[in-house]
Amino acid sequence: MAVELDVFVGNTTLIDKDVYQLWLDGYSVSDAVSIRIQSGILEQSGATPDVLESDTMDHYRAFQMLERLLHSPPKLINQLLFQIPPPMQSMLIEKYYTFDEPFVREVLGKKLSKGTKKDLDDVSAKTGITLKSCRRQFDNFKRVFKVVEEMKGPLVGNIQQNFLLSDRLAGDYAAVVFFANNRFETGKKKLQYLTFEDFASCAEQLIQNWTLGAVDSMVDDMDVDLDREFLQDLKDLKVLITDKDLLDQHKSLVCTALRGKVSTFSEMEANFKTPVSMGAIHGNHQKLHYEDVPRVTVPEAS
Amino acid sequence: MPGKLKVRIVAGRHLPVMDRASDLTDAFVEVKFGNTTFKTDVFPKSLNPQWNSEWFKFEVDDEDLQDEPLQITVLDHDTYSANDAIGKVYIDIDPLLSNEAAAILSGWFPIYDTIHGIRGEINVMVKVDLFNDLNRFRQSSCGVKFFCTASIPKCYKAVTIHGFVEELVVNEDPEYQWIDRIRTPRASNEARQRLISLMSGELQRKIGLKVLEMGGNAVVGYLQCFDLEGESGLVVRAIGTACTLDKLSNTATSLLPPCSSPSKDLKEVPFSEDPNPVTHSSGPSTPLKNQTYSFSPSKSYSRQSSSSDTDLSLTPKTGMGSGSGGKDGGPLKTLYRQQTQSAFEHREFPFFTLTTFPPGFLVHVGGVVSARSVKLLDRIHNPDEPETRDAWWAEIRQEIKSHGKALGCHAVVGYSESTSICEEVCILSASGTAAVLNPKMLQDCSMEGCSEHRLDDTSSQGCSFCHIPYDELNMPFPAHLTYCYVCRKQKVPDVLFTTIEPPLEAAVTGKGCLIQARLCRQKKKTQGEANATAISNLLPFMEYELHTQLMNKLKLRGMNALFGLRIQITVGENMLMGLASATGVYLTALPSPGGIQIAGKTPSDSSYEQHISNMQKKINDMIIKNREIYEINPPIDDADAVEDIHSLLTDAPTPAGFYSCNTETMPGINNWTSDLQMFTSVRVFRLNNVTSLTSHGLNKAFSDLCENLLKTLYFKLRSMVPCCLCHVNFNVALPEDELIQVAVTAVAITYDKDQAQCIAKACTDRTLLKASTENEDQLQFTLELCMESQSSQSAVHFSPSKVTESGNLQQVTPATQRVVSLDKASPLTEAHTRHRSPVSCTTSTVTVVEMTPLSFIPGAKITKYLGIINMFFIRETTSLREEGGVSGFLHAFIAEVFAMVRAHVAALGGNAVVSYIMKQCVFMENPNKNQAQCLINVSGDAVNFFKDADVESASSQPQTSGLQIGNGSGDVVT
Repeated sequence: MAVELDVFVGNTTLIDKDVYQLWLDGYSVSDAVSIRIQSGILEQSGATPDVLESDTMDHYRAFQMLERLLHSPPKLINQLLFQIPPPMQSMLIEKYYTFDEPFVREVLGKKLSKGTKKDLDDVSAKTGITLKSCRRQFDNFKRVFKVVEEMKGPLVGNIQQNFLLSDRLAGDYAAVVFFANNRFETGKKKLQYLTFEDFASCAEQLIQNWTLGAVDSMVDDMDVDLDREFLQDLKDLKVLITDKDLLDQHKSLVCTALRGKVSTFSEMEANFKTPVSMGAIHGNHQKLHYEDVPRVTVPEAS
Repeated sequence: MPGKLKVRIVAGRHLPVMDRASDLTDAFVEVKFGNTTFKTDVFPKSLNPQWNSEWFKFEVDDEDLQDEPLQITVLDHDTYSANDAIGKVYIDIDPLLSNEAAAILSGWFPIYDTIHGIRGEINVMVKVDLFNDLNRFRQSSCGVKFFCTASIPKCYKAVTIHGFVEELVVNEDPEYQWIDRIRTPRASNEARQRLISLMSGELQRKIGLKVLEMGGNAVVGYLQCFDLEGESGLVVRAIGTACTLDKLSNTATSLLPPCSSPSKDLKEVPFSEDPNPVTHSSGPSTPLKNQTYSFSPSKSYSRQSSSSDTDLSLTPKTGMGSGSGGKDGGPLKTLYRQQTQSAFEHREFPFFTLTTFPPGFLVHVGGVVSARSVKLLDRIHNPDEPETRDAWWAEIRQEIKSHGKALGCHAVVGYSESTSICEEVCILSASGTAAVLNPKMLQDCSMEGCSEHRLDDTSSQGCSFCHIPYDELNMPFPAHLTYCYVCRKQKVPDVLFTTIEPPLEAAVTGKGCLIQARLCRQKKKTQGEANATAISNLLPFMEYELHTQLMNKLKLRGMNALFGLRIQITVGENMLMGLASATGVYLTALPSPGGIQIAGKTPSDSSYEQHISNMQKKINDMIIKNREIYEINPPIDDADAVEDIHSLLTDAPTPAGFYSCNTETMPGINNWTSDLQMFTSVRVFRLNNVTSLTSHGLNKAFSDLCENLLKTLYFKLRSMVPCCLCHVNFNVALPEDELIQVAVTAVAITYDKDQAQCIAKACTDRTLLKASTENEDQLQFTLELCMESQSSQSAVHFSPSKVTESGNLQQVTPATQRVVSLDKASPLTEAHTRHRSPVSCTTSTVTVVEMTPLSFIPGAKITKYLGIINMFFIRETTSLREEGGVSGFLHAFIAEVFAMVRAHVAALGGNAVVSYIMKQCVFMENPNKNQAQCLINVSGDAVNFFKDADVESASSQPQTSGLQIGNGSGDVVT
C-alpha cells in the first residue's frame, strides 16, 4: 500500500517554527525528518516516523508556496491565500531574511552578480552552510539591493517599508547594501578578525555622516553613495600614508584634542592608526580600504 | 423589472504579468449578468490597476437574480491579438436579496482561473435594489433564507417547523457535450462552473417557492449535492426543513418559547439590531403560549399540489384538529400518541434534516432507519428530465418512512441522503433517526398544551428521549428492555443508535469518543445488470458487519449509545467500501453495556484456547482502560458472545489530551476556548494488486489507512492540547481501480481543562435552570441593553489592530484606499506617502475569517446570519510535476478554495463561516500526461460574531456589570 497523495490544509495555516528553520537551512525532507527524530519528538508525541515524514512534507510544501510571497513581504501581509496570524507573518518574514554570520562575511562587499552566485558552492563548502541556504541568503541580498538601489529617502526606512523587517535586521541589510554598492573589500586577511557587526556599525556611521544623505536629505541614492566632496577631501589625506612625519604629527594633534574627552583614551592612543588608509582611489569607482574604521569612529560617536 | 443590480469595479492588485516585454499588464474588466455585459476602461501598464469604474446597472427579474451568478472577468488588453483572460470571479448575489441581510457586498475577491489558480485580487462593490413584487404567481422566492445549519440558527426562534422540502434539477454535463472535443479545458471548466452555479440558484429558488407555499420563510438544514452521473447528466439535488423563523429580539412580545425548559433559549442571547427594541412583556408565560400558534396560516397547504412539480412534498389535507386533550393523567399517553400520529399522518414524508432541536420538540427516539437502492444510470429513459430520479428518491423515502413506522415513530429526524456513483451504477442512500416529535411545533397542529406537564417532567430529567416509542409486546426487533436508569418508570433499550446530535437535556456519564467501523469488500468487475445485482447482494452483509463492528467497538469503550451515525457505502470498479462513523457516549438512562466474550471455533485446541484467553484478557483490560479515559464509572455486568474481534484491538487510543467525535459538541466537555482550527486533509492510497489480498487483509489495510490519518491529525494539532476534534467527517471515494481516497474535514477546539468539571455540573443542574426560568423575561431585556451599550462603546474606542470587528473594518479600508489613491495622484507626494505607509502595510486589509463545521463558534455569540455560501470550483493542470505533483496541486487548490470562501464572507461583512462542509472533492489524475483535475464543492453559513471576551469587556456599565456570559454553556446569571 503506497500513499499517492497526502495533504493537510488548515483554515489558519499551521506553521512549525522548527520545521521552518530546517527548511530555511536548506535541508532536504529526509534530512529534516532524521534531524527531527534525533530531537526526540517521536518519544514526546508518540508519533511514528511516517507521520513525521508526512508532516514535514506538508510543511515544506506550504513553505514553498509561501516563498513566492516572502519575496515581497507586503504581498504576504495582504494576500488572501493563506490565513496567518500577524505575529506569525512577522516571524516568517524575519526568519526568511535572517542571514548567517559566516555567509555574510564571505559575500559582504562583493558585487551581487551572477558570477558571485556561481561561486556560492565554494562559500557553501567553506562555511558548512547548505548551498540552498546560501542561495536564499544571496538572493535576499540581491533582492533588497535591487529594490532600494534607486530609491529616495533613508536606506533603513526604505528597507523596512519594502520588506517589513525589524529595525535591527533592516539596519544589517542597509550595511549589506552599502558595502555592496561601494564594493568595499572586506575579505582581506587584515580584516578577518572583524565581525559583521563591526562592519554594520561602521556602515551605520558612514551612512549617517559621510554619505550624500548626510549633506542633503532630498537627493537620489542619498544613503548609498559617499559624498563627492568628502571623497575629494579624503584624497588630500593621502599624504598621511606616504609621509611618516606627517602621520606622527597628525597623531599628536588628534591626541591633544581628545585628551581628557574620551574615556578610552589610553587604549586609543596605543592603537592609533591611520583612520582611512587609501591604497587606491580610482576616480568614480571608489575603492576604499578601511583599516580599523570602528576605532576611529569611537571618538566621533562619544 | 423588479430589481436593479449595481456593480462597481474599484481596483485590482497583485495581478500576474501578462506582457513579458514590459513585465506589466494592461488590465480591464468585463462584468456580466445574464446576457448583459459591461466593460471598464483599460488601465494600462500596471499590476495594481485603479479602475474606479462607474456603477454598472443591470435591470433584471428577481427570478434571474436568484438563478444567475454575477460574473466578473479580468482580461489583459492586447492590441493585435485576442485579449487574454486573467481569471474570473463568480459572485452569488442571493445573500443580498433577503431584506435583513447585508446591504452591500464589498471587498477583495481572489481572481480565479481554472488552469492557473488564484491570480491576483479584485476589489468589487455590489448592491441590489429590490422592488416589492406582490404578484402571487411569481416564480421567484426572494427573501426565503437558507441555512446549512441543521438546527434553529442562534439568533432566530422557530415559530413553526413545517417539514421536509426537496428538489432536484437535471442538466446535460458540459464535459460530456460534443462541443467539449473542440473547446479548451478552460472553456469547458468555466462552462461547468457556470452551469452548476445556475442550477443551484434555480434549485434554491424552487425550494424557496415550496417554502413560501407552506407558509414558511426559511430553510434550515439545507443540504445540496451534486451527482456527476457522467453521460446521463449532471444532477443537483437538495433537501431541507422548511421553517417559519423569527428574529429573537423582535418576537418576545408575542412569542415565547413553546416549551418551558429554558436551557436552549438561555444560550441564545438575543442581540438587537433594532435601535429601539420592543419592550418585552414580563407577564406569566402560560397565557402567552396560547397565542404562539394561533396565527399559523393553515390555508397555505391548499396551493401546494398545483404548483409542485414533483408531487413529492406534502399533499393537501384539511380538517385536522383533534381538539385539545384532557388534562388528567391516566390515558394521557395514548391520547398524546394519537394526536402525534394525526399530526404526521397526512405528510407524505414527515422528515426533518435537523439534528438539534428546540427543547421539548424531540419526545422519543426509536433508532436509526436507513434505506439503499442500486440503480443503473444508463437505463434512464429520459435523462434530461428529473422524473426518473424523483421516482427513485420517492421510493427510498417511502421505505424510510415505513421503517420509521415499524419503530412506532411518525417522524424521521437527522435525515440525510447521499449517492455513490461508479460508471453506470449508482447507489442511493438515505438515513435518519425514527422519532416521536411534539406536534405543538408543527404548523398544522391546532391543539395546544396537551400533556405538557408530563412531558416537562421527563424531559427535564434528560431521559425521556431514550424511552422506547414502540410497543413493548410487539417489538420490531429483538432487544433487551430495562427500566430507565434515571426515572425508573419507562422502558429503555440496551443500546441506542441515532443520526442526531446528543440532545441538550440528555444525561450523559463521562465523555464521548469517535467510533468508526470500516469495511472493504471485493467484487467482480462486471457490467450493467450483473454488476448492480452483485452490489445489491453485498449491501445487506456490509450493513450487518458494519453494525456488528460498531456494536463491539461501542462495548469495548464501555458505552451504550451512538450519536451522529453516518454510514457511507462507496462503490468502485472492483470494491465496495463501508465506513460508519459515530460518537459513542454513555447515556445515564441506559443500562451499562455488557463486556465482550470470545467464543472460539475450535475449543479443543489448547494453544488456540491460550490465544483466546489472552485476547479476552486484553479486551477486558481495554474496556477498563477506556472507562478510565472517558471517565465512565457504571455498574458492570457481562453477557455477550462474538467472534473475530481482531479489528477491535487494532484501533489505537487517542493520544493524551485529545478527544474526538463526529458530533458538533463533545458530551462532557463544555468549556471551549475560542481557539479553533478547521482543516481538511486528503489522502490517496494505492492498493497493490487488490485481487491477491484476502478480504481480511483488505479490511486491515483500509482500517490502518484511517487510523494513520487520525494519527497524523493528532500529531499536527499537538500544539492545541488539550483539545477535541469535533465534527470529524470522513469521505471515502474510489476514483480508480486500486485507489482509495479519504478526505477528512474537522475542527480542533482547545478547551479549558480546569473548569470542565464545574461547568458540566452547572449545565445539568435542573434547579438552576428552573430558577432562571422566572427571570427569563427581565433577563432578555437587560441583555439587550447590555448589547446596545456594547455596540456603541465599541464604536468609540476600538483598537485598530483588531480587524475582526466589523466596525474596525470599515475604518481600516478607506484609510488604505486613500493612501493608494494619493500614490497615484501625484508623484510629488510619493515620499510623503511612503513615510506613512508602514502603518497601512503592517495592519493588513485582510479580515480574519474563521471557518468551522460546527453551527456555533465557541466562546462567541453569532449576531447575524449573512447568507448561505455554496461554491463549486474546478481546477485543472497540464503541468502537474511543475506544480509539485498531485500533493502540491491539491494542497494549493484546497488553500485557494478556503481563500475564496473567506473572501466572500468578508465581502458580506462577516467574520466566520459556520456549518461549513466540503461536500465533494473529486480528484482525477493522469500522471503520464502530466495532468490532473479536481472538483470541490463547499457550503456553509456566513455569519458575524462577537467574542464573549469583547462583549464582557465592553459591557462595563453599572446596570450590566452583574451579567456574566459563560464561555461554553452560555448560562446567564443575574
